[in-house]
Amino acid sequence: MLKQCEGSHAVAEAVALSRPEVICAYPISPQTHIVEGLGEMVKAGEIKDCEYINVESEFAAMSVAIGSSAAGARTYTATASQGLLFMVEAVYNASGLGLPIVMTVANRAIGAPINIWNDHSDSMSQRDCGWIQIFAETNQEAADLHIQAFKLAEELSLPVMVCMDGFILTHAYERVDIPTQEQVDKFLPPYSPRQILDPAAPVSIGAMVGPEAFSEVRYLAHAKQMQALELIPKISKEFEEIFGRNSGGLVRPYMLEDAETVVIALGSVLGTIKDTIDEMRADGISIGVLGINSFRPFPVSAIRRALSHAKRIVVLEKSLAVGIGGIVATDVRMALDGLDKRIYTVVAGLGGRNITRSSLHRVFRMAMHDQLEALHFLDLDWNIVNKEVDRERTTRRSGPIAENILRDLGQTKSNVG
Amino acid sequence: MGHQDVKFYQTGTFTVGNRLLPPEQRSVQSEIERTNSLNSGHRACQGCGEALGARYAIDAAMRATGNQLIAVNATGCLEVFSTPYPETSWQIPWIHSLFGNAAAVATGVAAAAKIRAQKAGKPLAETRVIAQGGDGGTTDIGFGCLSGMFERNDDVLYICYDNQAYMNTGVQRSSATPPAARTATTMPVGEHPGNEWGQGKNVPLIAMAHGIPYVATASVSDLRDLEYKVTKAMNMRGARYIHIFVPCPLGWGSASCDTIKLARLAKETGLFPVFEAEYGEVTNVSKIRQKQPVEAYLRLQRRFAHLFGKTPQLELIARFQAMADQNIRKFGLLGEDKATVGFPGSEHK
Repeated sequence: MLKQCEGSHAVAEAVALSRPEVICAYPISPQTHIVEGLGEMVKAGEIKDCEYINVESEFAAMSVAIGSSAAGARTYTATASQGLLFMVEAVYNASGLGLPIVMTVANRAIGAPINIWNDHSDSMSQRDCGWIQIFAETNQEAADLHIQAFKLAEELSLPVMVCMDGFILTHAYERVDIPTQEQVDKFLPPYSPRQILDPAAPVSIGAMVGPEAFSEVRYLAHAKQMQALELIPKISKEFEEIFGRNSGGLVRPYMLEDAETVVIALGSVLGTIKDTIDEMRADGISIGVLGINSFRPFPVSAIRRALSHAKRIVVLEKSLAVGIGGIVATDVRMALDGLDKRIYTVVAGLGGRNITRSSLHRVFRMAMHDQLEALHFLDLDWNIVNKEVDRERTTRRSGPIAENILRDLGQTKSNVG
Repeated sequence: MGHQDVKFYQTGTFTVGNRLLPPEQRSVQSEIERTNSLNSGHRACQGCGEALGARYAIDAAMRATGNQLIAVNATGCLEVFSTPYPETSWQIPWIHSLFGNAAAVATGVAAAAKIRAQKAGKPLAETRVIAQGGDGGTTDIGFGCLSGMFERNDDVLYICYDNQAYMNTGVQRSSATPPAARTATTMPVGEHPGNEWGQGKNVPLIAMAHGIPYVATASVSDLRDLEYKVTKAMNMRGARYIHIFVPCPLGWGSASCDTIKLARLAKETGLFPVFEAEYGEVTNVSKIRQKQPVEAYLRLQRRFAHLFGKTPQLELIARFQAMADQNIRKFGLLGEDKATVGFPGSEHK
């Protein structure tokens, strides 16, 4: 049924339709509206047979999820930013134990300086944690991916992170087609665990493993993610057959066939990029975009195939690997190993800075003419940066950087966005 | 085991042994049906108080729940010595996740059990849950999750096996380490040798302050009492906490054969009060049978050896005695005295 609703609400509805049995909730912006919505639905009896637990931290949220999943319950939680970092030890544990928990990450920057707005630093920091990470482009896709995520997680007995841009998606009201319970039930069977804590058949889970077997256990974690490269498109296809729309998959090409310049990005910014590309195409420029839906596992072959005709690649990412540059770009380079293509990294949208069409036009045109530096920070204010660099060169006690810059700007964070 | 109805002169004690006791007074361990939840062959040290405490506690819980039990274990000695995979000593469903999250994982297991029961049309979970850990996993790194589980009154019994330091990592100080004790991070050197005075936390009292249905302390010197308390706890619902005193020969520098003796002395000196509390109020204390001076307890342990060198630290020993005497007063451990600790106003939630 078509509904005009907030992204968080759409996700809450999709999770509810997936018949979760345990939900752990801890507030952190911009994820909070999702668990608020679910809490209300559980309390009102709209979600039957579900325990909704208000935990005392994100570390507890993931730990409770580990317990309920290991005891055979379909388990969901959501987090963002600092919350994801606070639960990291349990995040690795959940994937190490092979527990099919589904978690929304409402992507948000990581402090310091504290910042509640969107970028991809949080989930990117967990790229090696063993969870599958899929990115939503729209609220419709965010809702759909949650339903797919339970199926994917439970097939592989691996946890899945559904990443959606904080505020840009979570707080945006738009039209979303909320499926019916019958459709979801047809698509998603009840949870049948591969391992379970059961007094009728006792097992020990979480034993110590030494050098004699640790590599094999870790290899199998990798091999399982490689299986997901086949399973993600298969599940996306099954989803399309029942729900009548295409959602998910590994990558999403747009105007790619003859494109000399190809932009790569993840998440909601793909919309702005597609608009920009439409305008550039109208000007006769040969440019396209490849959206990455599955960041982990990273679809190396699919990307290599999709980019076979491209001359140059612009990886536009909302994350920064301090000390080297791009996170996604590094993976893209890996995918294109041995191919003769220019690869540019554009770091954009950090801490919620708007990514505008005019800035994209400029940076894509610079790339087209191979005038872009290898690592470019979109719309960086060099005056402000240089002022602080000068200050540090001339003053020993130069003070806290973030506060200095805000003072230089003459505005406080409350004026931003 | 057959029962001989023999009148024995040592009435009022269990020293006659299981064979001569009426069946209802026998230890769970005397039953042929005992589950051996923590089976033999594990790697605990000789004289390990934790292994003994865990064996009695979990077997008693298994009996109390009709074997419908799942255990969640924090990282620590108990976890490491019981599961050097592919060997496991656990004859029950058991999960180890992390050092600091056993209480939260147990909350999750209990939630899943509740939903399973609900789907089968039953009002209460049939599968019960115990979380267990050492003092480090309980009073330090796992404390946030523990307090959260208490506060929500989740249907979990948490058992802390308190051997007063991080033994698994090589005897480092925890917030349960007593003052003056030598550990690897509080060495007996300098002007204030051993652990600092005036630090540490009393988690049984903090548990009581949450107003949860049941809090008890117990000791491996009184295993019947331990079994009774675990059984009682498993017949209740909601958050429950049992703090078991478990001497560690390795960490304390005591003889393996002195584990029970030390546990008994800790109770008989008043240093470790053994009591029960319901909804924030003390309901029962194990009285001291024959009060012992703290020296009797301290002298058996090399971690306190620096108190008894050529020039005994009489002032510090007196401070220990004052701690013990305060416990005796506070908990009414002698004669007809009554406990004065409690958290009024935290009655049944």
